[in-house]
Amino acid sequence: MALITERDRLRDDVMAIAELTGFNRSSLIPILQEVKAKYGGIDSYAMQLIADVLDIHPVEVYGVATFYAFLRPETEGRYIFRLCRTLSCDFAGKDLVARQLKEDLGLDFGETSADGAFTLTWTNCLGMCDQGPAMLVNDRVYTQLTPTKVRAIVDEYRTLVEEQGVQRVSERGR
Amino acid sequence: MTVDTIIQTRVHGLTFATVPAGEGLAKALTMPRGDIIDLISDSKLKGRGGAGFPTGLKWNFAAAEKREPKYLICNADEGEPGTFKDRIILTDHADLVIEGMTIGARAIGAALGLIYLRAEYAYLKPHLEEVIEARRAQGLLGKDIGGVEGFDFDIVVGLGAGAYVCGEETALIESLEGFRGEPRNRPPFPVVSGFLHRPSVINNVETLAWVACILAKGADWFKSSGTASSTGRKLFSVSGDCARPGVYEFPFGITIAELLEEVGGENAKAVQVGGASGRCIPRSAFSRRISFEDVPTGGSIIVIGPGRDMLEVAHNLLEFFVDESCGQCTPCRLGNAKLLEGVEMLMAGTCTSEYLSDLRGLCNTMQVVSKCGLGQTSSVAFCSILDNFSDEILGHAGRYH
Repeated sequence: MALITERDRLRDDVMAIAELTGFNRSSLIPILQEVKAKYGGIDSYAMQLIADVLDIHPVEVYGVATFYAFLRPETEGRYIFRLCRTLSCDFAGKDLVARQLKEDLGLDFGETSADGAFTLTWTNCLGMCDQGPAMLVNDRVYTQLTPTKVRAIVDEYRTLVEEQGVQRVSERGR
Repeated sequence: MTVDTIIQTRVHGLTFATVPAGEGLAKALTMPRGDIIDLISDSKLKGRGGAGFPTGLKWNFAAAEKREPKYLICNADEGEPGTFKDRIILTDHADLVIEGMTIGARAIGAALGLIYLRAEYAYLKPHLEEVIEARRAQGLLGKDIGGVEGFDFDIVVGLGAGAYVCGEETALIESLEGFRGEPRNRPPFPVVSGFLHRPSVINNVETLAWVACILAKGADWFKSSGTASSTGRKLFSVSGDCARPGVYEFPFGITIAELLEEVGGENAKAVQVGGASGRCIPRSAFSRRISFEDVPTGGSIIVIGPGRDMLEVAHNLLEFFVDESCGQCTPCRLGNAKLLEGVEMLMAGTCTSEYLSDLRGLCNTMQVVSKCGLGQTSSVAFCSILDNFSDEILGHAGRYH
């Protein structure tokens, strides 16, 4: 029964966004963004459902979801740490920050923690080049990172996970 | 402990801070549509995103199209490495950008505007929507704008999803339509067939803010700075090995040496101008001028200090392109991977001079036959590093082990 409830919830969510943005192809990315933010990933059931709602082939949904770095279909953590690796942040010392993130999160780049709380990944230029090294945690930006700051930031998110668990709420106001 | 998030970016001498929103649009509403385009053409404003296409000409093409509806799209997919001026403009001067869009809509007859905001700037979306809502409340967006009957125009903000190539205008349109961000063949150009295959103008954030200023202060004011074919002033995003990184406004025609003095990067060994897709300018060429006719840029200036290893710079930039190539056309998809492999061979000391000249040939091929600007420019930095730092690169072979 739990499975059916989850699927009903997904359908309601997809329909709610499509009602706002329209039942057309242009709604595909906003829908995928919402599903990704709320469920952490976009599984094949979700892709089929979205395809049905927009009346397109599911492979079209798959093609779009796998194209964009922020829409990865794989289920990722409640908090996604994206460290910028581009030139200015590299000059500013991103390697030290990367090492500290790996240690404090206990993850390698590309990995998600077993409890579903954290994902660590590289990203390309965040547009924070004057204050690197920079990273995004979900939609929030952190700049001028140092190993000490990394420790404090990871601690903050660990506290959040302890208090609120890994349950997602949509973060993008619509 | 609470951690600070974004630290204030240093901002120097922005004209946008001195031009109040409102004047430009008020002026535009008193002018016939053709006169607005003539004024922008007269100012010789060129696109500030980097490609430098004349804005007035682009608008003229779109205005001449009969098919409706037309769209005006603001390209806020600022993904070029080392560029962050649009972030500052959208944070501090969003009113001017929206005003520029409204003026553009008036000029070409667009009914809807779209701001394509990169996913990395998602935190700016609520701010932009507030500015848009406030302007709606003032009657500056929506129906009968400024009391002009029949002038209807509104703006929505769309979010990107993490793809550098979507800054390319036709890839941006594909993304807005809900497809993979793969560039289209041109022609037809977006001014003829763009978003939903309707006439569409795509302008950079900074271009649109300048439009509002030009309407307010006139074409002669704008042309009073800059060079003959690169009129006006330009925002630069300065980062890397310098004492004072930040956003600066300088007139076109400034030499690289002058710019470095302003930002505290005098002892640089090279400057990457124009981001990852731009050129690497060595110290011996610091007297060159930044302008569309000499060294063009969308505003990215990455200062490379004396201690930096140029092979590592090339490696970082090529890793970026391997990751960000959309994979649609072969020269770009495979070419960048081959160049990266070549840099790794150089690092390992296993790249022969003959193979290096083969790689050069590959660069030429990529620049000529790639479908879009990404593949056409991704090898430019690598080539300029090979040209200017060949002794360093070849001499250091093998030292990575």
